[in-house]
Amino acid sequence: MSHKLQHIRNFAIIAHIDHGKSTLADRLIQTCGGLEEREMTEQVLDNMDIEKERGITIKAQTVRLEYKADDGIVYQLNLMDTPGHVDFAYEVSRSLASCEGSILVVDSTQGVEAQTLANVYQALDNNHEIITAINKIDLPAADPDKVRKEVEDVIGLDASEAVNCSGKSGIGTHDLLEAIVKKLPPPLEGDITKPTKALLVDSWYDAYLGVVVLVRVIDGTLSKGQKIKFMSNGATREIDRVGMFTPKKVVLDELGPGEMGFITAAIKDISETNVGDTITDEKRPCAKALPGFKPSVPMVFCSFYPADASEFEKLRDSLGKLKLNDASLHYEMETSQALGLGFRCGFLGLLHMEIIQERLEREFDLDLIPTAPSVVYKINLTDGTQRDIYNPVDMPDVVKIESIEEPWIKATILVPDEYLGGLLKLCQDRRGQQVELTYAGARAMLVYKLPLNEVVFDFYDRLKSLSKGYASFDYELDGYAPNQLVKLEIKVNDEPVDALAMIVHRDNAEFRGRHMCERLKELIPRQMFKIAIQAAIGGKIIAREDVSALRKDVTAKCYGGDVSRKKKLLEKQKKGKAKMRQYGAVEIPQSAFINALKMGDDR
Amino acid sequence: MITKGQTGLYIHWPFCLSKCPYCDFNVHVDSGVDQARWCAAYLKSLEHVAGLTEGRIISSIFFGGGTPSLMLPSTIAAIIDKIHALWPCVNDLEVTLEANPSTVEIEKFSAFREAGINRVSVGVQALNDKDLKFLGRKHSAKEALQAIEIASKIFDRFSFDLIYARPGQVPEDWRAELTQALALARGHLSLYQLTIERSTPFYLDHTRGVFSIPDEDVAADFYLLTQEMTSQAGLASYEVSNHAAEGHQSRHNLTYWHYGDYIGIGPGAHGRLSFEGKKYATREHYAPPIWLERVEKSGMGGHPFAPLPAEERFTEALMMGLRLRGGVTLAHLDAQASGGKWRDYVDEERLSRVRAQGWLDYDSERLWLSVEGMLRLNALIPYILKAQPEAVCV
Repeated sequence: MSHKLQHIRNFAIIAHIDHGKSTLADRLIQTCGGLEEREMTEQVLDNMDIEKERGITIKAQTVRLEYKADDGIVYQLNLMDTPGHVDFAYEVSRSLASCEGSILVVDSTQGVEAQTLANVYQALDNNHEIITAINKIDLPAADPDKVRKEVEDVIGLDASEAVNCSGKSGIGTHDLLEAIVKKLPPPLEGDITKPTKALLVDSWYDAYLGVVVLVRVIDGTLSKGQKIKFMSNGATREIDRVGMFTPKKVVLDELGPGEMGFITAAIKDISETNVGDTITDEKRPCAKALPGFKPSVPMVFCSFYPADASEFEKLRDSLGKLKLNDASLHYEMETSQALGLGFRCGFLGLLHMEIIQERLEREFDLDLIPTAPSVVYKINLTDGTQRDIYNPVDMPDVVKIESIEEPWIKATILVPDEYLGGLLKLCQDRRGQQVELTYAGARAMLVYKLPLNEVVFDFYDRLKSLSKGYASFDYELDGYAPNQLVKLEIKVNDEPVDALAMIVHRDNAEFRGRHMCERLKELIPRQMFKIAIQAAIGGKIIAREDVSALRKDVTAKCYGGDVSRKKKLLEKQKKGKAKMRQYGAVEIPQSAFINALKMGDDR
Repeated sequence: MITKGQTGLYIHWPFCLSKCPYCDFNVHVDSGVDQARWCAAYLKSLEHVAGLTEGRIISSIFFGGGTPSLMLPSTIAAIIDKIHALWPCVNDLEVTLEANPSTVEIEKFSAFREAGINRVSVGVQALNDKDLKFLGRKHSAKEALQAIEIASKIFDRFSFDLIYARPGQVPEDWRAELTQALALARGHLSLYQLTIERSTPFYLDHTRGVFSIPDEDVAADFYLLTQEMTSQAGLASYEVSNHAAEGHQSRHNLTYWHYGDYIGIGPGAHGRLSFEGKKYATREHYAPPIWLERVEKSGMGGHPFAPLPAEERFTEALMMGLRLRGGVTLAHLDAQASGGKWRDYVDEERLSRVRAQGWLDYDSERLWLSVEGMLRLNALIPYILKAQPEAVCV
């Protein structure tokens, strides 16, 4: 092992949301002189507004720090700030794969949370040494001893050498830095003479540089002018820039074994740079790619329609711009009879979906109508083939279906005992199967298997409200399983409303159908003729509500001075007809469907 | 039926002593009106309009408001005399005045007749003091009865208005009140269902739940009861809310529903005038002081005329014509179709559907609504008219 390698420490910081990960990172950067005091903004690593506001990290970031340790040696510390949410589990796993150790940050006022566990297990999967940092110890509610015990009891980590610290006040920063250089191992391998082999950790689009690729070099070097190859897709590029973040961007001559940094290579399309890919030299490639590469697969789907139909092109442009920076966002155009032109979008998970929706609305000033989120179903057809269904509307005819499989998740929930009853019921109602129920102090740890489609709706909101915000939740995918699933259609005057179709468990179908019919009844104004709203499975009607026909609508007074005013009303109604969709003998305003979707699932 | 060249004339007096909480008309509370100045303005405005409408024959005059019974009889006399001086008028010219049944105004009835008024329409609204108070009226039930009695003595033709389907009123209450009203009526009654209009005090109170009015189904029952009782009493409806014995219909108002020509004078007054095959909509300035100043300056208190687009003209004719129980003649509708036929504007399939429901019918001459169709008039018209596709965005 080279002398240089010995003095490198690559580590990730892992934590539950709001446990102070980014603030602690800020403090480490400042202590090592990466930024002057005046340059510090809160959470310097989170660039996007949305990252700062929601306290989450979406893109991985690295910062190279120089730390002169108590032993007199200057170490190169590469700090990896990882995305902190299950939706980005794969991205997290690749970030972790680029490091040899982790700092587990636990809030001393909150204790271990569901996400803490998930992250720790991932770090352990990557053979990380773990330093526990008990954070926020300057707060009055801090109970570091209790949290230390929780780390030992719940996670099973030895917390005897945990560092007490506060990212906010700087307490314990020095201890933490010393722990990093003493306890975490240097890169395990790395040979500068071998063919170039580097891990593609993450990438993002920069308006000036094109795609910026975050890398961890294993063997060989990356330098300007070098022809490189992306092993997953065979694409070749010439590196035009090599550098690091301090967190300021600094251009270097090369990146060597064990080091982290970035390269640019005049790449325009981010989908060329797949997270987890192996980068090698075009002329002298390495023999084998790094293990663990997976293409990104969307798990949750929903459609976005512009509330104002004339903004369809703007929506298309905006999605295109987001896609520049987010290879995991999938979308394609879709036409709905009820809602017009829109896009069917695929996301890594619920948070990813929310973030995209929020960015479209906030950064691009669009008013969106999102349809109910859905998952990918696998349909086994009677002819022995299998089809993936991304949209309930595309379900084949019932007679052709042998069985339907749905994705399941394994959820871990940590909740104070007093709220346990409510959460058990919630999981039961959502067709959950209990795997485990254990206790960690006054908190219960629940492990449940749940169908993803029961979770995509409002599970998280219900969980939070039932536990007054105290429950934490994390999940991992747990494969597909067949179930009694049916396509529930909503019909207005016998015509199906495409945007309201959903796939539900047979046992819930009647309830859901009745609920949607009742809701539409409230939203659809009385018309000249009676309107039948029905919920149907296949040809069978399972719920029905009628909007009775209008009985009286006539202006009492209409004389010479009223003509213009009353006519304007009529002309408006007449024009509005062109925007409405005809169902049998009546027209239903689009707004009724929009509101039916907007009200969410308030069961 | 409208004779070519015959034109109604509407005079709008925009002032009241107080504003009723249900009213969304162009009405201003002003007790210090300079009657002489306003009188001069009306005369000047008439002269101005006469210059644009030469050769027309005036078929009716209507003083509306506001509360035109607050006008001085001398003002009314001056206006009527001026009209006679500027246009030829039909022999049996109907000259109507809207009047409030307060003691002060009742005392002016004879003077109004002297001035040339031959028909009054009295705003009774209710026959009990509790409801009159709720409706914000300043007169009592006793005064209302007195006004009806005196009006029937002084004028050959008179009408009065009632508002029904009030908060808390049930059809049986209305049956009793309408029975009383039918005994008092002489040839004409206007019976309006209370509607809550935006930008009125009632709108706010209603939205806040201070009071509620009968729901749609009960309101329909009220209407049907009204139709039944008035028919039996020989005062069947000839329009949605107007009832008359044969020969007692308001000729002036029929001009509106026949979509004939009429001139509007006074703040906010509208007119419809045909010139060379086109229909023009006229509109006077809405604000009383501005209208007054403009007329004083140039004689013109209105906005520039604009011919109505073909579709709007047809919609107006249909919307007004179908309010009449006798409906509208197909010849008249064709004449409004700008060279086409009435059916060019109508969705055939939908026309058949509403006809099959018994809400609308037609023969070779006329198109008309049944009572059930009348109840749905506002929804029925946009339903049968063809949709106008908006410009396609690319």
